[in-house]
Amino acid sequence: MPDIGVRNFAGGISSPNPFWLASAPPTNTGEMIMRAFDAGWGGAVWKTIGEPITNVSSRYSATDWNGQRIMGFNNIELISDRTVEQNLREMDEVKKRYPKNAVIASLMVASTREAWHEIVTRTEDAGADGLELNFGCPHGMSERGMGSAVGQVPEYAQMITEWVKEKARTPVLVKLTPNISDIRTVARAAKRGGADGLSAINTINSITGIDLDTFVPRPNVDGKSSHGGYCGPAVKPIALNMVQQILADPESALPLSGIGGIGSWRDAAEFLLLGCGTVQVCTAVMHYGYRIVEDMAEGLDNWMREKGFKTLEDFRGLSLHRVTEWKHLNLNYKIVAHIDEQKCIGCDLCHIACWDGAHQCIHLDRVTGPVDGHVELHPIPAVKEAESRASIAETPVTRKERAAAFAQGPYPTPFERIPRVDETECVGCNLCSLVCPVEGCITMVQVDTGLKPETWDERTRGAECVTQTQTS
Amino acid sequence: MSTAAIPHDEQLRARFGELKPALTAQAAVIEADRCLNCFDAPCTAACPTHIDVPGFIKRIASGNLRGSALRILNANILGASCARVCPVDVLCEGACVLHRQNRKPIQIALLQRHAMDAFWVSGEAVPVAAPGTSDLRVACIGGGPASLACAAELCRQGARATVIERRELPGGLNTYGVAEYKLRAADSMHEVEMIRRLGVEFRCGVDVDSAAALEALEAEFDFVFLGLGLGAMQRLNIPGEDAEGVMNALELIAAYKTGHLRELHGTVMVVGAGNTAIDAANAARRLGADTVYMLYRRSEGEMSAFDFEYEHAKQEGVQFLWRRQPVAVGRGEHGRLLLETVQVREVDGKLEVVPDSQSAIACDLVVPAIGQSPLTQILQELRGVEVRHGKIVADRATGQTGNPRYYSGGDCINGGREVVDAVAGGKRAALAMLKAAEVTHA
Repeated sequence: MPDIGVRNFAGGISSPNPFWLASAPPTNTGEMIMRAFDAGWGGAVWKTIGEPITNVSSRYSATDWNGQRIMGFNNIELISDRTVEQNLREMDEVKKRYPKNAVIASLMVASTREAWHEIVTRTEDAGADGLELNFGCPHGMSERGMGSAVGQVPEYAQMITEWVKEKARTPVLVKLTPNISDIRTVARAAKRGGADGLSAINTINSITGIDLDTFVPRPNVDGKSSHGGYCGPAVKPIALNMVQQILADPESALPLSGIGGIGSWRDAAEFLLLGCGTVQVCTAVMHYGYRIVEDMAEGLDNWMREKGFKTLEDFRGLSLHRVTEWKHLNLNYKIVAHIDEQKCIGCDLCHIACWDGAHQCIHLDRVTGPVDGHVELHPIPAVKEAESRASIAETPVTRKERAAAFAQGPYPTPFERIPRVDETECVGCNLCSLVCPVEGCITMVQVDTGLKPETWDERTRGAECVTQTQTS
Repeated sequence: MSTAAIPHDEQLRARFGELKPALTAQAAVIEADRCLNCFDAPCTAACPTHIDVPGFIKRIASGNLRGSALRILNANILGASCARVCPVDVLCEGACVLHRQNRKPIQIALLQRHAMDAFWVSGEAVPVAAPGTSDLRVACIGGGPASLACAAELCRQGARATVIERRELPGGLNTYGVAEYKLRAADSMHEVEMIRRLGVEFRCGVDVDSAAALEALEAEFDFVFLGLGLGAMQRLNIPGEDAEGVMNALELIAAYKTGHLRELHGTVMVVGAGNTAIDAANAARRLGADTVYMLYRRSEGEMSAFDFEYEHAKQEGVQFLWRRQPVAVGRGEHGRLLLETVQVREVDGKLEVVPDSQSAIACDLVVPAIGQSPLTQILQELRGVEVRHGKIVADRATGQTGNPRYYSGGDCINGGREVVDAVAGGKRAALAMLKAAEVTHA
């Protein structure tokens, strides 16, 4: 049975599984965190502790997509609105009751050495297993010289990390903001400052939308709004890229707790495959509650079993070296789209996507026969559509008419609606397979180009050599 | 136009509650989002009026309800009634590609209704061309869906159209002949009112039944559109069928929809097994009949009713007597009717009576519902409008008849199909007349 436990992450934090709650509303109080641990969460990063603030109402807004709620989530809530004493008293109790779960204290105080020394000492005395420095909060706190105001300036980030390390006895993680042109500049600064690990990414500056009746962007606070921090499923691709950037850079790479759009074991596995040691979750819990961790743990366990992985270390980072610079990709690798006629349902989305969004090589000419030659020889989609709208159709009212209307041919779909791929023109872009609603209907099949692998790097270096030879 | 002929009858409402309730706004958006937005969508191709189905559905998803409704109305001015009465199982929803993925098809009819209901509530008008864009004048005889669609299209393009209906209210079968749990007469009248606002003139209670009447129309109008529908229902041609207590299916439906028939009891015998027969049988059950039999001279597998209608009838408690046919209507005890029937069987493609199979069924109402036949003699004789096998002969693409001033569409040329077919035919004829007028003027 696979072991999904985390041992000595960032030089000393252990938890029964890699699933931690991110510093956010789900970790606001000790009572909440204890319920989360009961539900199965391996660790929790306490809602950022500092001088209590006053919040506004409302605080959240979301982007819905295609009938689904919360594709992306945005908040303008600040750090904890409860006193340091209250938070630490509860932390002490949580640690006593749940010694095996990781409790990390997220911290944010004024940018003075004394303030940081004091908070570090107090939280560690309360039993925190580690510290997470919140250099990422993109709204509100940054206007007061904290949060991302620190995280966007490498020198400040390094300085504060150094102050913290002067006192800290537990591992120190620095939480990075994505609201910067290159996240590695701050990751490197944190590493130089002595950080034991990193957490990435914090939320992305955002305005989720504008109410078309009141013209006030969301969330509406008495007729005005403010930019917030974006998170949830929509940000996962951005987070994965930044995680990869950090871990592929020797000057940045540190034990990393991955954050950004994680809501299932699949998402978590992806972050781990890029090299993260733990993952942090917030939006999915705000949407569905702590209970989602059950499937996360079970699903990861089952997947590891299927793949033959015994511990997280067996697969951690396996995909990191699979990301490379574009110039190292093989230019002579070719794939083409293949449509499974038995699976095609005849929506013809691949046809229109290829014509209007790609390279005009998927045609509806199964019945009329393929036209070899230049694409212009095919009737354009608009002509096809106009033809069918000009046709005369009648309700099949008799049994005979109905039988004819719904007659089944050799394929589930009428032959004329099954698109054909012109493989000589197909560039293997994947678009058709991405729009196809039927799993496994369009597959991308490798074709032998007869050419040896060659990258852009190799090709242009070759050209340089030739040029040099000629001039010399 | 007065709608006084349509009763507001709570008992009728309760007994004929809608079969399919409307979608809520959020349910409509969720359903709309399920639509794949197929290219050259099969649902659109299957619709006789070629409504841009994905187009109107995506407009519901985006919250552009006015755009959605106009998308529907552009193709089919009777989009509201079609949303309720179309046999979508064999049309748009039957063609939905999701079937091939073993998924539920998109609920196109309910979504269309959602858009049409919202449009009606908004009180918006359908845009029309400036009056006088064309000086074409057309008389549409018959006030049913074919004429309404034809007249609406003409007015939308700036021509003038007058609908001439012999009954008190226009709408044809939409007003008088569709089962109340599918389409209420009041809903049909909403639609008529919308069409009137396009500029269509209505002359109700006017029967065009003589050569003189035709001559008057020819003098007043450039073209005549024949949207006559089907004439009186076919007779059973058996002794006693004119007896009191025999009432054909369309009469029965019109009678309860207009409040003239509120209650039935005892046993009702419906003769025939088409869709209208089922509407009548279901109505008889809902009006209180204890037992309703449908009599059909052929077998279950040959009935012309749609499968979903057959299922519905069974759920309503209608019972079926297959391969049985009536031979006479007589009088039984206590003044009840006695329907004499015989068993029939098919031999070499022909039906023959099974010897000694007579059986008399005591009943209280006999409802013949065995198809309808057109009434077009006068046109054939006097105006060269050819009639073959009871149907007006007209060009399929234009609706033009043998007489170039006469066009036609709907049941009277196709022998009896659906409302949506009538709309498509009426619209095709309107476009053809507009084109013919242009050519004449050029």
